[in-house]
Amino acid sequence: MNEPRFLPVVPTDHPPACAASLVHDFTPELISVGAHQLCPGCGEPMAIRAVAEAVAELGLTRSCIAVFGIGCSTAFSNNLDIEVVQALHGRAPSVATGITRMRPDVTALTVQGDGDMVNEGLQEVLHAAARGERITCFMLNNGVFGETGGQMTATTVLGQRTKNSPEGRDARHHGHPIRLADLVATLDGAVYVARGAVDTAVNVQRTKRMVLKALQAQKRGFALVEVLTMCPTGWAVDTTRSARYMADHHARIHSMGVLKDTGGGRSR
Amino acid sequence: MSAPRFMAGSDALAAAMVAAGCRFFAGYPMTPFTGVLEAMAQRLPGAGGVCMNAESELEAIGMCWGAAAIGARAATGSTGQGLALMQESLAEMTSARLPLVVLNMARGQGDYFQTTRGGGHGDYRLPVLAPVDVSEAVTHVSLAFGWAEAWRTPVMLFGDYYLAHTHRSVSIPAPEEPVTPAWAVDGRSGGTGRARLISPLGTVKQRDGQGAQAGYDLAVHYRACADRTRAMLDGIAPRIEAETGGDTAVLVVAYGSPAAYVRAAVRELRAEGLPVGYARPVTLVPFPYGALARLARGCRAVAVYENNSGQAVDDVRLAVDGQVPVEFIGGLSMDPSGFGIAPDLDVTHLKERIMQLVGRVAAR
Ligand SMILES: Cc1ncc(C[n+]2csc(CCOP(=O)(O)OP(=O)(O)O)c2C)c(N)n1
Ligand code: SF4
Ligand SMILES: [Mg+2]
Repeated sequence: MNEPRFLPVVPTDHPPACAASLVHDFTPELISVGAHQLCPGCGEPMAIRAVAEAVAELGLTRSCIAVFGIGCSTAFSNNLDIEVVQALHGRAPSVATGITRMRPDVTALTVQGDGDMVNEGLQEVLHAAARGERITCFMLNNGVFGETGGQMTATTVLGQRTKNSPEGRDARHHGHPIRLADLVATLDGAVYVARGAVDTAVNVQRTKRMVLKALQAQKRGFALVEVLTMCPTGWAVDTTRSARYMADHHARIHSMGVLKDTGGGRSR
Repeated sequence: MSAPRFMAGSDALAAAMVAAGCRFFAGYPMTPFTGVLEAMAQRLPGAGGVCMNAESELEAIGMCWGAAAIGARAATGSTGQGLALMQESLAEMTSARLPLVVLNMARGQGDYFQTTRGGGHGDYRLPVLAPVDVSEAVTHVSLAFGWAEAWRTPVMLFGDYYLAHTHRSVSIPAPEEPVTPAWAVDGRSGGTGRARLISPLGTVKQRDGQGAQAGYDLAVHYRACADRTRAMLDGIAPRIEAETGGDTAVLVVAYGSPAAYVRAAVRELRAEGLPVGYARPVTLVPFPYGALARLARGCRAVAVYENNSGQAVDDVRLAVDGQVPVEFIGGLSMDPSGFGIAPDLDVTHLKERIMQLVGRVAAR
């Protein structure tokens, strides 16, 4: 029963039942360019895809502005068919605040990394949440500064080796990781807070539901979805093993689930 | 124009900003900027605008970044330290081509370099206006919003404690209805295949089949930014105020609030028959290099008075280009409070300094 399964050989003795299609054909409509500069095995495009699909599904395409932080995901900010305002490292929540305060009819969301949101921009996201700013922040949490080559961030788990914690993160020297979603959930202005992941197909689906819920909750107040994403390059872990690595290490500390939903809707 | 009203400088600035169509303001308290924030918090909501008490200067300018991107006339401000915190955004807003008016209510004139050279990174310049008093500042406000929008850049107003706190009778210009610029985002272009992008990295959208690879092209973008900066510096006519006569042997240069006292000192000396003249750069960027060079021609010395250890004197030297000796007659403020409410800004005292220089020049 446990024999390895191989893809079937394409029969060539008769014409194919359906036309061939490029992988690009599966790119969601709001991602205008399939090609990107992110690494193979990276989790960030999956998280961004979930956001782009949710925007379209909720009918927000013609009233949405995405504010990008600085990190690997910045490579997507000129790739989307959603309006984008590119912000500086850590500064997306204040930029999104300026947008929605002047245009409450616009759905403003941010896309930021863990270094961006939890290191450089922690104050921004906490105050935006406390003010109950009507924005949704998406944090792609891979536990490293991916873009600069894999250094330790505030979410790096204890023991994790990075380029500037070569012997592993040591609480005595580097301090403890910050569980951002847990922190934000304690703030009264936050109405929906969840942590998802993209390591398995099931988790991608769960995360997508969180994204949908957050974008709907934003009418009532601040929403945050943290998404655990694989960074095989920054972790120096083989792409085929990085999802497993994430579940075994990163997700043990940053656990998945809906941390707050004041809308009272049942969540899974 | 409204009928003249007796107002504090800060309040007059706020009233002028609202009249100029400013609808978004964000700031963080710091003397002598604080009064502007308080006045905006009072005035903006009634005008259909939003005033945010940001949790730091970093967030204040971040919020303005967002408001400017959707096309609102936005302003912020602070004082030296707070402006130091804003420098990253100020520099990058020039590459993102976002308009903004920044009220730099400085403590004395030690921030001339911070204001005119910027503490930020990259190859950028911001237009800077240095009003001499509240009445002029009010006219500079609408000028600043106009330049900000025309050149899509932050514009700075360099004021100080005097400007913020002096009460004067001023007329506020008639209200302008703000018009949303065509380039602003509003969320509506999503899904059209040409969704708008505002980014300090450029606005090139990479699309399959056009030969472009994914990502931004910073070489192209930064060159375009440099070209626009050059066009802006050439396009804005530098402003200068001068009072000289055919006999002027010593030209005294000053800017901002202290210039009012220098102007008074020079007027008295001229009335007493001394061959002195006065010049005040009104725009610090672009600096009136050409006009100053023409005024200095034929003089035996150019004196620079400013309340610092000598900063604008560098620009005056660049203007005069070695044709006339340039002497610094200013100095650090003697005010113990640090706000530059200078006891040295005393006309008798200033006259003495100028006369000493006239004496030295005559003895040469
Ligand atoms: C003020 C500032 N400091 C540092 C940087 C350099 N920098 C660019 S991306 C980055 C790391 C981003 O890490 P993260 O937000 O976790 O995103 P990731 O690349 O992992 O997706 C850093 C430190 C910067 N751009 N701006
Ligand atoms: S470095 Fe990490 S986060 Fe960045 S693109 Fe590569 S895998 Fe993704
Ligand atoms: Mg990261």
